[in-house]
Amino acid sequence: MVQTKEKTNMTHAINMGAANRAPHNRKLEDEKIALTVRDLSLYYSEKQALKSINLVIPEKRVTAFIGPSGCGKSTLLRCFNRMNDLVDTARIEGQLMLGDKNIYDKDVDVASLRRRIGMVFQKPNPFPKSIYENVAYGLRLAGINKKRTLDETVEWALKGAALWDEVKDRLHDNALGMSGGQQQRLVIARSIAVKPDVLLLDEPASALDPISTLKIEELINELKHEYTIVIVTHNMQQAARVSDYTAFMYLGDLVEYGATDKIFTTPEKKQTEDYITGRYG
Amino acid sequence: MTGAQRESAFKAWYKSGDPWIWMTGGAVAISLLLVIGLLGLIAVRGLAHFWPADVVQASYEVPGKAPMNVLGELLDSELASKSRLASAGLPVEGDKEFYDRYLFKVGNRDIYGSDFRYVIDDWLVERDYPKDITVFERLEWGNLYGWIESVSENGEVVASGEQAWDALLKRQKRADQLRADIEKIEKHDIGKINYALEKLRLERRGLEMRDALNAQAEQDIATQEAALQTRYRGYEEQLIELYGQITRDSVSVRVMTGETLTVELSKVVRVFRPNAMGVFGKLGHYAAKLWEFVADEPREANTEGGIFPAIFGTVLMVLLMSVFVTPFGVVAALYLREYAKQGFMTRTIRIAVNNLAGVPSIVYGVFGLGFFVYFLGGSIDALFFPEALPTPTFGTGGILWASLTLAILTLPVVIVATEEGLARIPRSLREASLALGATKAETLWKVVLPMASPAMMTGLILAVARAAGEVAPLMLVGVVKLAPSLPLDGNMPFIHLDRKFMHLGFHIYDVGFQSPNVEAARPLVYATALLLVLVIIALNLFAVRVRNRLREKYRALEH
Repeated sequence: MVQTKEKTNMTHAINMGAANRAPHNRKLEDEKIALTVRDLSLYYSEKQALKSINLVIPEKRVTAFIGPSGCGKSTLLRCFNRMNDLVDTARIEGQLMLGDKNIYDKDVDVASLRRRIGMVFQKPNPFPKSIYENVAYGLRLAGINKKRTLDETVEWALKGAALWDEVKDRLHDNALGMSGGQQQRLVIARSIAVKPDVLLLDEPASALDPISTLKIEELINELKHEYTIVIVTHNMQQAARVSDYTAFMYLGDLVEYGATDKIFTTPEKKQTEDYITGRYG
Repeated sequence: MTGAQRESAFKAWYKSGDPWIWMTGGAVAISLLLVIGLLGLIAVRGLAHFWPADVVQASYEVPGKAPMNVLGELLDSELASKSRLASAGLPVEGDKEFYDRYLFKVGNRDIYGSDFRYVIDDWLVERDYPKDITVFERLEWGNLYGWIESVSENGEVVASGEQAWDALLKRQKRADQLRADIEKIEKHDIGKINYALEKLRLERRGLEMRDALNAQAEQDIATQEAALQTRYRGYEEQLIELYGQITRDSVSVRVMTGETLTVELSKVVRVFRPNAMGVFGKLGHYAAKLWEFVADEPREANTEGGIFPAIFGTVLMVLLMSVFVTPFGVVAALYLREYAKQGFMTRTIRIAVNNLAGVPSIVYGVFGLGFFVYFLGGSIDALFFPEALPTPTFGTGGILWASLTLAILTLPVVIVATEEGLARIPRSLREASLALGATKAETLWKVVLPMASPAMMTGLILAVARAAGEVAPLMLVGVVKLAPSLPLDGNMPFIHLDRKFMHLGFHIYDVGFQSPNVEAARPLVYATALLLVLVIIALNLFAVRVRNRLREKYRALEH
């Protein structure tokens, strides 16, 4: 392999991430499985956006979806908490098992499903309410209204999102007065406040500056001890830094999926290698 | 400069964009001038009416006729052409083409038959402003101008000459107090008893109709009636006593024709000597008149007194309309934007709603009369108030039907504004809420609706502006020239939605075009118009403040 600049950066990122991935050479087969995708296809009207995807998401690990724009990685992510239900033209075939329950079964309560599978979006989207009310939003929805419980959980969630020290004195200020990075961590706090099993992160750092990005990545490394995390990113270094497993997608197909070290150092498919070394995408 | 140079200079100027700035700026300037001019005109014309003008005594010498002594206030002047005056039968000879003509308020309608006449400026000579001319503002027959001869009590002269003025002022104050007492008893106390008696009558009638009027019930009602009658007699005695007191004072006034009139002080609202007043005295008088206009009830076929019932009716109607239209419009917009499948049907409905905003308001009036008053009101009467029939309760125009009619009229505005507001809520915020496990309804209720509230307020502001100025439909569904009682008073249940009410817009029309005394009414048209504008501005400012507060709270839309 040629020593290109990308290659050097990549190696650096992989080495950075290796510490978080210890022990090395972990195999998917040994993991406990949180989510299983079986023959999942998704159509927008007639256009097929996901082509019979099969993969498993290991519990309490970070799984990254990478691939060029339009490859379906965000669409796949939004299948996990049924966000695609909001798109009138979307139609789904196949199964998506959470434990041994297909989340696309008719008897699934979407609201409680989304409480178990939280999501953080590309652009920070705090509500135009106070910091406190933002974090308490999901709790209030779940029927928790006791001030004491709310206070404790809000503090816990903000600490979990490494935001507590920055905002503890202004919990009742409007959340829109925070910086973009803080807003994104607030959104993460809001998601973990309802104690989900899985956190879906849809390019969570793409709208942020490098320092904020770093903080988010550190946060992800912390959070994976408690949560199963699925992250979509178009930044390969980021995937190499934070993820345990990486899936490479291209034009609605899952091309290759495996341990991050392996995908980035010895990919099996030519397409994957081309993408990782920056020959397209 | 050659022609070519000039042309290129013009082109350069045109290209620089300056003409656009001038054109657009000019349009704004013209609009501003129009608005200021309009408001200025009605303000000046309306507000000047309350200023106590000096009373002039003069000799009016029409050429070829015997001179005549006149007394009164000079009001508007205008230029009248010679031919116009000649055709009015005036002896205008000589080479003057235009004459100054004054509207001259002579008052004393009981003597002259009319309050006003026109005088030619040139012929009004020997003008004098005697300080002892007194103006009597009466409850009937308008102003009286004259000189006080004497003040009497029970027919006996108690003061004359110099002392008469002071004695008059003292007794006037006493009479004012008595009149207030009488009004309180007549309007409130006896009004209350009458209201209760009417209720008892309806109760008895209702029992009769259901064949449930047994001896016990009959006795109960009769006892209550007797108690009320006793109270009524008590008030009646007080009234007789008060009337005896108020009618004892009278004043003799010598008027310009030389006659002496006797005026009962009970019929006098106000006495003043404008020629003897200083600037502060006049200001005080002005303030009092202005306050009377805003806070009192109308007198003399709406040409005197105040317009409080009209202000009250307008504001209450607009508030009721807001209460009806806002929830209804918001809910409709919510369905159209959030729940309905976007397609041919929703497009058609939107077009229909937009077109409803263009339907002439009188059409809504006709609909309100046919549907609300006759159909709904008639059904309500038949179901719930059969004992009052054939007198309709809700089956006739009233403030409820008027506000409902206006609510329908303004519904499209609220729907359109709310829909626009809903469309502007970013998708990302809805997704954020849904991703936290909120249902669609919870998302709407907790995130979307609060954030769309400024847009709803915008809709409401537009609706209020339109509704407060609407007159035509109201004439069909409940506005009257003179309402005997306000739709809100001290009798249970306090708010009487079936009552007819007065409205500023209709008041303008009534005073301006239906009044028996056109000249007296004209300044009131301007004053009322000014007040209507002020009321609308006040209502709007209130709504704008609320909206700004909401906007401040939900600023998220701006980035």
